[in-house]
Amino acid sequence: MNAFRHTLLGRLLADPLAVFALAIVTLLVVSAIFADVIAPHDPTAMNLVDRFATPSTTYWMGTDNLGRDTFSRLLQGGRIALYVALTAVTISGLIGLILGMLAGFGPRWLDNALLFFFDTLRAYPTIILALALAALMPRGLGTVIIVVVITSFAEYGRVVRTQTLSLKNSEFILAERAMGASFARIVFHHILPNVLGPFFILAAMNLPVVITIEAGMSFLGIGVPPGTPSWGATLKDGFDYIRTTPWILLSGGLPLILATVGFTFLGEALRDQLDPRLRKTR
Amino acid sequence: MTPLLSLRDVVVEFPAVGGLKALLTPPEKRRVRALDGVSLEVTAGETLAIVGESGSGKTTLARAINGLVPLAGGQVTFDGTPLHESPDWHAIRRRVAMMFQDPVGSLSPRKTVRDLVLEPFAIHGLPLKDRQAKAVQLLEDAGLGPDFLNRYPHQLSGGQARRVGVARALALTPTLVLADEPTAGLDVSVQGEILNLMNRIKADHGLTTLIITHNLNILRHIADRIAVMYLGRIVEVGPVERLLTAPAHPYTRALMAANPEPDPTARRERIVLKGETPALNARPPGCEFHPRCPVARPDCATRIPRLEPATTGGQVACHYPLTQEPAPA
Repeated sequence: MNAFRHTLLGRLLADPLAVFALAIVTLLVVSAIFADVIAPHDPTAMNLVDRFATPSTTYWMGTDNLGRDTFSRLLQGGRIALYVALTAVTISGLIGLILGMLAGFGPRWLDNALLFFFDTLRAYPTIILALALAALMPRGLGTVIIVVVITSFAEYGRVVRTQTLSLKNSEFILAERAMGASFARIVFHHILPNVLGPFFILAAMNLPVVITIEAGMSFLGIGVPPGTPSWGATLKDGFDYIRTTPWILLSGGLPLILATVGFTFLGEALRDQLDPRLRKTR
Repeated sequence: MTPLLSLRDVVVEFPAVGGLKALLTPPEKRRVRALDGVSLEVTAGETLAIVGESGSGKTTLARAINGLVPLAGGQVTFDGTPLHESPDWHAIRRRVAMMFQDPVGSLSPRKTVRDLVLEPFAIHGLPLKDRQAKAVQLLEDAGLGPDFLNRYPHQLSGGQARRVGVARALALTPTLVLADEPTAGLDVSVQGEILNLMNRIKADHGLTTLIITHNLNILRHIADRIAVMYLGRIVEVGPVERLLTAPAHPYTRALMAANPEPDPTARRERIVLKGETPALNARPPGCEFHPRCPVARPDCATRIPRLEPATTGGQVACHYPLTQEPAPA
């Protein structure tokens, strides 16, 4: 038997939805990494002669109100989107993992306190929090990342806590204790590996959400600094000139759709492979 | 001869109500006693079976011995070491191995069989010259081939997982093995194989074993003595044959009689107990068995019986132990 077929990647490649998702994600990641090489123009260079150019062989997706090449800007925007998404998901995931484990292992009062804290944060509308924080902090990617981290780590914390609680009382953990295993060994060898599955699924499902938050904040003008080529900023430019040059808006939305679809499907495929019990009934 | 393991008046309590509700509950009702004064001695080399209904405290007893549940009172002494005075559990657990009820569920799901059987060495920091050879040998002793080394627990049948559990329990050649329902969830032929395996290992290593079971059919094959538990107390202890053929406690007699007889031609007396097992937080006064006892007398409701030597051998906690043989089978 071919051992590859049993690895995670092997199983993913047997699922057409996962192949489709992997293709989109690969396309996005490669185009973000090699944005400088692929881009036909400088994404920030203004060319006032060619303002509002229609899509052509020179400007594949046309130009915006300042004559900047939309395609080059979208490639660069992919970098920003992925950078924000990966950084924010990593930070909020780590915070959630640590707090979730603390809640799961800690005394009852700590668990209750952390749960209350998680629920308070989750109940707060993201966009209101984003507006409030943007008013307090300098405009930039750092603020975007902080907003995302604050609004999303509670979700990881809850998932990790639930997993930890159910594992903590399972018979195999009792068996480990009965053999004399230390607390650290139980946590790192037996709890953590079993928590990570659902944790990674959640992280993959959260990537597109974070990308949309970044685009949303940039669209509202509280995200990236002016002039930075973000997907949200491109959408905003396109929105302003929707009556005269609709292709800016249309091409600005395309990568956002691709990213959302790609990462969501990848997350679902990952979930189906790693934890079939979580599969929603369709 | 001093026993290898001795328990004196062991009490284990669990919280019955938690949080704010506890403030509204009278103190004596906040906790339930899962074990209420258990005294027991296990001699080196013997196999003692603990029997009783679900909820009688059998599992709690095993867990109390190796410190998985804290004692609320009493003394436990293992090979001269008092276990009730916060001992070095790490060192104790190296010599006291435990087997849990669920054969698959007691194996860490993301570890291979190789890692699982070698885990005791990792836990106790014992270096192995040849990991592969040791793992193969441990599995072989438990009757499994080397092709199981790379399997995960979910790829094992109940019997195979139980063998992995046996291999792991014996990895560090323990002094005492606490086996909680070693035959639970296995079909009869596999039960037989596991019991033969345990008997063989016991003979090879001179192990002392405490087996918790409610499978009465296996007692003759595996145990030297039996202890019968009811509501967190030991009601009768004695040699296997004596308890099976001439139980002194009415509860032992009812328990033995309730066990299905594999021989369909055998006829015997049926003893149907009145009512249900009382809840642990609603213990009857006097002898706790008196409301269900077929031979109870008025003073049973007031006087608590103690474990005392029975005329026929062993000990029994009953004011009016059965003396006559039960109806011949």
